[in-house]
Amino acid sequence: MNTPDQPAAETLLSVRGLKKHFPIHGGILSRVVDRVHAVDGVSIDIARGETLGLVGESGCGKSTTGRCIMRLIEPSAGDIWFQGQDVIAMDAEALRGMRRDMQIIFQDPFASLNPRHTVGGIIGEALIIHRLVKNRTEMEARVVELLETVGLAPDHMRRFPHEFSGGQRQRIGIARALAVEPKLIVCDEPVSALDVSIQAQVINLLEDLQEKFGLTYLFIAHDLSVVEHISDRVAVMYLGRVVEVATAGDLYANPLHPYTEALLSAVPIPDPKIKRQRIVLQGDVPNPIRPPSGCHFHTRCPIAEPRCSTEVPHLKDAGGGHLVSCHLRG
Amino acid sequence: MAGSTPASLSADAPVAATHPAKPVTPAAEAWRRFRKHKLAVVSLFILAAIIFAVGVGPMLWRVPINEIDFSAKLLGPSASHPFGTDDLGQDVLARLIYGGRISLAVGLAAMFVAVFVGVVIGAVAGMASGRVDAALMWLTDLFLSLPQLPLLLMVIYLFRDGLKNLLGPEGGVFVLIVIVIGGLRWMPVARLVRAQFLSLREKEFVEAARALGASRLRLVVMHILPNAMGPVIVAGTIDVAAAIIAESTLSFLGLGFPPDIPTWGRVLFDAKDYLDIAPHWAMFPGLAIFFTVLSINFIGDGLRDAFDPRRVV
Repeated sequence: MNTPDQPAAETLLSVRGLKKHFPIHGGILSRVVDRVHAVDGVSIDIARGETLGLVGESGCGKSTTGRCIMRLIEPSAGDIWFQGQDVIAMDAEALRGMRRDMQIIFQDPFASLNPRHTVGGIIGEALIIHRLVKNRTEMEARVVELLETVGLAPDHMRRFPHEFSGGQRQRIGIARALAVEPKLIVCDEPVSALDVSIQAQVINLLEDLQEKFGLTYLFIAHDLSVVEHISDRVAVMYLGRVVEVATAGDLYANPLHPYTEALLSAVPIPDPKIKRQRIVLQGDVPNPIRPPSGCHFHTRCPIAEPRCSTEVPHLKDAGGGHLVSCHLRG
Repeated sequence: MAGSTPASLSADAPVAATHPAKPVTPAAEAWRRFRKHKLAVVSLFILAAIIFAVGVGPMLWRVPINEIDFSAKLLGPSASHPFGTDDLGQDVLARLIYGGRISLAVGLAAMFVAVFVGVVIGAVAGMASGRVDAALMWLTDLFLSLPQLPLLLMVIYLFRDGLKNLLGPEGGVFVLIVIVIGGLRWMPVARLVRAQFLSLREKEFVEAARALGASRLRLVVMHILPNAMGPVIVAGTIDVAAAIIAESTLSFLGLGFPPDIPTWGRVLFDAKDYLDIAPHWAMFPGLAIFFTVLSINFIGDGLRDAFDPRRVV
């Protein structure tokens, strides 16, 4: 990205050249024989109070990016600045403090809640860890407040996660994330596992909470219409790299990167009479163990030139903050 | 209790479906769930009766365990000797009551040793991974591959006299047997715990706790271990049974407690030569071991179900 190295004042989170390569062990001595390039140089900025959508197909490194930012996975390389602090350099103690300000909501509402804890215990855990409450009464009062914030009843506190529906469980996950009053919430496909009608409820809840608490979201999803609805800006990922960043309206009206064009042409239109020109990409996503040279997309790109296979494109401003990583566009 | 719960399954279903409206403590909820496992409840009563018998029995049944009366030897069950007498005319009931204390104590203590060692080694291996994990699993495999009985005998021969001098004849043998049985039965528990840890530590709820800033210790104690305990409880109850039987084996071989301490295994050992003329002498200690082991296994099943809130009961 061609933004300056020192992030602007209102930038809450700034990521530069983030990489995560998972080693593959093999052979008799279990040496590292190869690496999966899950995240291969991601640079994004998120302003305070903004929602940045992160889209891309399965396996392109969206979730790994989100977890690396929170250091739930240790990044292989890159810089992460959060509220002016260097996240990569933090020791365990500083990291624990940082986690009061950065939280995550998970995709699977069934796997992300401990089946042996009551809802009160799950939501109250963060309060205990960070010593935000003095005693049990105070904790219960706070848990009730959080339950009501996400639209659940106070008496749900004593129940176990398996007694709830998917949507309700996702609300519990949201309440857990809210307990520490974070500034940034990484939403890792928070609605992908839910019914469409429930998706809308949860998204509206997330929007209400953003307004109420001034939250900033990194919203990871593969559903383009959901992302368009909730995001201020959208970043499109392909094979571990960000290929395009633009405001939601701009990206959907005027996609510049050929991959974004193809992706958007696959979004269904709720009107059978309208026929759209589908751009169907040839082949499969290349193996992330050996990503293509140059532009990762050149093997499938309809407009590729010889230099695309040798030169790595960088994100450049195509005007009005619309960033695109392509030699030919922008 | 067993009698008050409806017998038919269809009558149970609506009760299970409705959730109690008033707040319940986790212990009360666990007890409610335990009660649904009828075999476990019955077993709990049987085990409680056995423990009560060996605990309070000597005060109620005041026949001395070593009163020799050759005129009454090898008698079948009767009013004065409900479980009959042995070849020296000693009362079998009195001896079983006394020996049961030792058999039960050995079984439970050995189980705690085995489960404790197994959980610690399995948890460390499962959390550490890499070289620590490989080394601990190598140790586990090593222990699994050792021939148990010869090793048991060797250890007992080596250390019996030393411990006897240190802790007295009964205490020394007790500690030795508990350590030996516990120390040779922790491997299945360690493997179970490690396997559970490997799968559980990648679960999203563990990641969520990590994201909340939970320490490693908190992750293990609050999140991973409680979810790993189901199979461990069952394995632990099997260990109680195995320890009682192992103690019986040692006593049977004459290597357990001194001959004048009538543990269940010892009584069985003494009775083996008279199986044809006095079968009652072997049958009663055999039944005591059988009922204890069986009821502990069922209680383990019930406990596993009671502490798993996902299981609808």
